[in-house]
Amino acid sequence: MFFIPFAIRRGRRDWVALAYSAVYTNFLLITVATVAMVWALVTHDFSVSYVSQVGSKATPLFYTIISLWGALEGSILFWAWVLAMYAAAVVWINANRPGNLVPYAATALMGISLFFGILLIGPADPFKSVFPVPLDGPGPNPLLQNHILMAVHPPLLYLGYVGMSVPFAFAVGAMLSGEVLTDDWIKITRRWTLSSWGLLSAAIIAGMWWSYEVLGWGGYWAWDPVENASFMPWLTATAFLHSVMVQERRGMLRLWNLNLVVGTFVLTILGTFLTRSGIISSVHAFTTGTIGYYFLAFIAVTLLVALALVAGTSGRLKDENRFDAPASRETVFLLNNLFLTAFMFTVLLGTLFPLVAESVRGIKVSVGEPFFNRMSLPMIVALLFLMGVGPAMPWKRTSMAELKGKLLPPLIGATVMLVIAVAFGARNFYALVTFTFVGFSGASNKFEIWYGIRARHRAHGENYLTALFRLMAGNRRRYGGYVAHLGILTVALGIAASSTFRTETEATLKPGDSMTVSGHTVRLKQVWGREEVQRSVIGATLEIVKNGTVTGTIEPKMNFYPTSQQPVPTPQVKSSIAGDLYANLQAFRPDGSSATIRLIYEPMVPWIWFGGMIVVLGSVLSILPTRSRA
Amino acid sequence: MAAVNSRKLAIVAVVGIIGTFAWLLYGGLDKNVVYFWTPKELIAKGDAGFEKPVRLGGQVKPGTVKWDDKTLDLRFVITDVDGVSDIAVHSKGAPPQMFRDAMGVVVEGRYGRDKVFQSSSLMVKHSNEYKAPKPGQNGKDMVKTLMQGNSTT
Repeated sequence: MFFIPFAIRRGRRDWVALAYSAVYTNFLLITVATVAMVWALVTHDFSVSYVSQVGSKATPLFYTIISLWGALEGSILFWAWVLAMYAAAVVWINANRPGNLVPYAATALMGISLFFGILLIGPADPFKSVFPVPLDGPGPNPLLQNHILMAVHPPLLYLGYVGMSVPFAFAVGAMLSGEVLTDDWIKITRRWTLSSWGLLSAAIIAGMWWSYEVLGWGGYWAWDPVENASFMPWLTATAFLHSVMVQERRGMLRLWNLNLVVGTFVLTILGTFLTRSGIISSVHAFTTGTIGYYFLAFIAVTLLVALALVAGTSGRLKDENRFDAPASRETVFLLNNLFLTAFMFTVLLGTLFPLVAESVRGIKVSVGEPFFNRMSLPMIVALLFLMGVGPAMPWKRTSMAELKGKLLPPLIGATVMLVIAVAFGARNFYALVTFTFVGFSGASNKFEIWYGIRARHRAHGENYLTALFRLMAGNRRRYGGYVAHLGILTVALGIAASSTFRTETEATLKPGDSMTVSGHTVRLKQVWGREEVQRSVIGATLEIVKNGTVTGTIEPKMNFYPTSQQPVPTPQVKSSIAGDLYANLQAFRPDGSSATIRLIYEPMVPWIWFGGMIVVLGSVLSILPTRSRA
Repeated sequence: MAAVNSRKLAIVAVVGIIGTFAWLLYGGLDKNVVYFWTPKELIAKGDAGFEKPVRLGGQVKPGTVKWDDKTLDLRFVITDVDGVSDIAVHSKGAPPQMFRDAMGVVVEGRYGRDKVFQSSSLMVKHSNEYKAPKPGQNGKDMVKTLMQGNSTT
């Protein structure tokens, strides 16, 4: 079944229409394969190797379906399917465009598809037959069937990750077809890049959320290689979203943009390599097989081809303009790119260093959180600052007088945030700087939107709410960007507040005993056990006590899956806009006479998730087509 | 002219990135690398092994786990595969529920001059191989015990 798409794919490309139908056929066949796999999972066909690996009759239907991406082979199949879908969509939308750009881009996409096809018939074949057929399987990794976000984070990540191959394919297509001299490829891929970026942002936030809700340590980011793997392409893609505006507006940075697009794509493949090859042990690394070599070879080939193309193009590629003045939006974008790229390289270095050290010097090391925190904080605060300066700066050049008027609200915002942070007791240097710059840029972006509303209000006499909607509708791209900025700033605020003001305590309680963390008191009511279909659950019921009265309960649990020696912690979080009360059951006496509870209070954590949603809203706004202006 | 300018900018960017990089390498990475050692390797370092951020990986020596749920003090001995290179570990906080003898663990922390390894985090090595939990230690039995306990009190 799997040989067909590859045979067709190698067909004659000079007949473009035929080649396009091959792209559709490819999508169709991989869809058939994916549906067949889901069917096999649902019907518990344990003769299929993948099903015998992740399936189990006791697993609820919902988790059975999503175990499609719960292990290596299935996740590669899912990846290939998303790619085939994108390729078909790209061809469908652009089929009538004259010129060679789209055919070449389609070829590049099929080339990537071919690689994943090879994986699927080679080291990651999910359809191997198993004999004798087992009666039941072990079920998915317990960590992956313990929370609903498992249905959210992986698909988002794949959609975002794989989506980055579209701009890459078009960049390759543009270089091959010579259309790199026009900026058409950028216009065609703008929505693809933006939507992939939005999906990737959402996926990263969802991954943080999952880690927070499932792993029981009360954190959401640990600079783990798998987190870094998703974060690095996000950094370069963010850089690209900004620098591409310079190219569109001013015809500059063309070569740089090609490099960013290539880099982003290679980083997604590198990320897949890191997480899927088993080179780093984590919940994402499923197996230690030969698949890593395939990835390394593919990365090498991609880099060679792409860099050769870029080098071949660089002579012909001329920028139309040059930088006029140091104080201009272009300069801010340039600095933004510089910091984002440096940030990416820092993360890359910290992520790859242990691998290199082990293979070259034979020592086992890991690069700890202090490295990442110390190195990234200066760049993060610089980026937060630029986020406020950029929107206030006009293109080309700016006068000090103009700037002074525009920078007043941000400066007030910065001062207010600084005072609030100090009043709440923040003393750490970077925390204070972060709060200040969030205030600065938050005010700056809000005021940019406000200026627009005011202008409409004055010019058309619209009321403010109508003006807001018409403004957003009229120039979605620009205001979508500001909304995304506000989302990122909200995320930054949540992270800064929760890491600065987090308090935690751990205690062993007997029923009736209570413990307190920063003013929140809980009292142990009972330790209990319960049998569920696929697992055994042991939980502790804690009453939240305020001024002597019980205002609610919080129930951290431990889930025991038959196939795992370790129980899966299942913390419970009580969220409010001010912060989260987070309880985890660490241990219990077998007779239920006591339970050890870790209780954490983390202010403003929900702001991170909420900020993530604002980012997505911002990118959706920018993607929607602008209606013809009234 | 324009092209030259853009190239200059590219050069500035590249130099900037490389400069940042060098600074990072020099200042950051060196001090923040955490070595992964086994008890045998750590002991072999002698004086050089003390007070450094280390990940120590080995097995829980049978019969050495002492957990005080009042003070939340956890003490145990990590041993190497040779069974003779032992290092005493102290950490704060509850051990994983299924913490038991001969289990593979990794602790992160510093080896003090008092020959006690102060651990700040404790990770249990998950083996991919399926092993049936011992009777009394699987979830079903624990739930049963717990419910009996609840009904008698």
